[in-house]
Amino acid sequence: MSAVLQSARRILAILSKELTQLRRDRTTLGMVIMIPLIQLMLFGYAINTNVRQIPVALVDQANTGLSRVLAQMVEATQVVRFTERTLDITAAQEAIVAGRVRAAFIIPSDLSQRVARSGSVGAGLATPPSTDEQTSRPVAQWIVDGSDTMIAGAIKGLGAMPLTELLRPPANRTTATFAVALFFNPEQRTAINIVPGLVAVILTMTMVMFTSAAIVRESERGNMEMLINTPVRPLELMLGKIVPYIAIGLVQTAIILLLGHLIFSVPLHGSLLALAGATLAFIGASLALGLVLSTIASNQLQAMQMTVFILLPSILLSGFMFPYEGMPVPAQYIAEVLPATHFMRAIRAVMLRDAGPTQIAGDTLWLLGFMLVGLLIASLRFKKRLD
Amino acid sequence: MTEPVIEARALTRRFGDLTAVDALDLSVDPRTIYGFLGPNGCGKTTTLRMLTGLLTPSAGTVTVLGHQLPRDAERLKRRIGYMTQKFSLYDDLTVVENLGFVAEIYGLGHRAARRRISALLSTYALEPMCSRRAGRMSGGQRQRLALAAATIHEPALLFLDEPTSAVDPENRRDFWERLFDLVDAGASILVSTHYMDEAERCHRLAIMESGHKRADGSPAELMAGMGARVVEVEAPNLRALKQQLSALPQIISAAQLGSRLRVLVADRIADPVAWLRAQPLQPTPTALEPARPSLEDVFVTSTGTHVGSHQP
Repeated sequence: MSAVLQSARRILAILSKELTQLRRDRTTLGMVIMIPLIQLMLFGYAINTNVRQIPVALVDQANTGLSRVLAQMVEATQVVRFTERTLDITAAQEAIVAGRVRAAFIIPSDLSQRVARSGSVGAGLATPPSTDEQTSRPVAQWIVDGSDTMIAGAIKGLGAMPLTELLRPPANRTTATFAVALFFNPEQRTAINIVPGLVAVILTMTMVMFTSAAIVRESERGNMEMLINTPVRPLELMLGKIVPYIAIGLVQTAIILLLGHLIFSVPLHGSLLALAGATLAFIGASLALGLVLSTIASNQLQAMQMTVFILLPSILLSGFMFPYEGMPVPAQYIAEVLPATHFMRAIRAVMLRDAGPTQIAGDTLWLLGFMLVGLLIASLRFKKRLD
Repeated sequence: MTEPVIEARALTRRFGDLTAVDALDLSVDPRTIYGFLGPNGCGKTTTLRMLTGLLTPSAGTVTVLGHQLPRDAERLKRRIGYMTQKFSLYDDLTVVENLGFVAEIYGLGHRAARRRISALLSTYALEPMCSRRAGRMSGGQRQRLALAAATIHEPALLFLDEPTSAVDPENRRDFWERLFDLVDAGASILVSTHYMDEAERCHRLAIMESGHKRADGSPAELMAGMGARVVEVEAPNLRALKQQLSALPQIISAAQLGSRLRVLVADRIADPVAWLRAQPLQPTPTALEPARPSLEDVFVTSTGTHVGSHQP
């Protein structure tokens, strides 16, 4: 038998041994299915970046018909919900400090005069002469707990709310400064962006976790001393160990995308082939990363800790939760190293924007390179010696 | 073939400040069972690991089956079998799956593997449990499985690291019968142990203590040349007698065996029984009888504080 064939047989032997062990390990098999299922349901429903129904306090010092109409108009936007009503500004501030409300809406007692003056120049639609102290005054005030920037942003968005309905029945349509056309996700549903990203997060977690434990487990259970006394080569051991997990990664991807499509109506615009290519490259990169960790860790607990160390930046820096472009440049460099960042870009491009293979080639090639370097490092670090 | 299968010169291994094996010379003849006898931590496992290429020696040279180590370690691996101290096959695989895995790793062809596995199952009486998982077998069964796996590729040289530490005496006898079968078929075996009865079965053995080889030879040679004579003493108060005897410089050791005291007297005393009778001992011994030396006596004389003054 030739050396190549011998080598292939050894890889196959390790592979089928891994599969047999995996088949008997019900807990791990259960995790393979349950992790994507539960996380998809959890994140698909829970993560929502469209801020709605923020609890706020209403301080209506005017207490007139006009002020009540104004309060109703603000509530009708559904951005806020008045959970407390008071006449005292300090009481409203206390509610903010206590965390019962996120903001307070203060309507001054001279509301009707303010509305009348601003109405004379177009009810907040045009810019009043800034020199005119009387007409350039706003009609009411918001006090906002600005520590959460997302909530602050949503309320700041109310600052330029038109007041036409306050003065007269809907007049001419308002003219926006810019026309905005939302491509790819016109309904602004967060799940559209979250579900493809979830593939990257879940694969990072399971792939790195399984393989980082793979080599360590052999050492911990004492099997390694037997293995390194056989003719098996490090690279053969590595390949035999990761191939079963490629299949697992593909199964998990299928579960997430299928359920994402059925439950959250996440579309798959691009070609399946481009998607499969990028996914395989990412699975390979994650497995190689896990193997490198496996050669560093000396027990399964350490391997798990290292997995978490990789997982957190993969969630927070990869663009899964927050836009990559908004991060400071050094953080972008770190994100650029993580396989999850590249896959996040590629899978969103293919699924949501119908990007072709050439448009995601850069990220896919980077992932393949990462995998090769990782395999090389793991094989070099793995010594068939005990010293 | 008369050339030794293992030839080591001044083999040394240091771990930081600790010298685990110190300038060990070793020569193992083909078709013999060579034993390493010594307490835990005396460097037996470290020596075995250096001889299989798992550890790089800090100093010294080793040639195993004509391969120079550590350079040719990979080529050597196909020709040796290694049975680790702790069971190192897969607990969650069955007997047949474990053997099949090892057979494929060693590159046995499909048909050859099947033949070899069925032969091993019958040799090691594993047929009735061939589809049982290794983790659910008894110590003796697991150990037979480990030996079957270590010999699946018919190695010329077999290393066994404390092979019977988890096995009852009955199974240990059987196990040694299998080892002699292997030697009969042409293999050489290196075995480490801390059991005297096991060491006594070896063709040759080396007594190890804290990294040094204290003595080596066949069990009979070692007993003949141990530099002490054995006398068994009976007396009413053995504990008191033992204390007095231990204080005498001519006495190498005195150990109680039930109602008798086994006393090792340095062999510069020509007639130890007469000499002991002449000693002013309280209480006076009621019986003094010369006894056959055992391997344990050899072990006692060649290790511990007596080393140096009583080298054979």
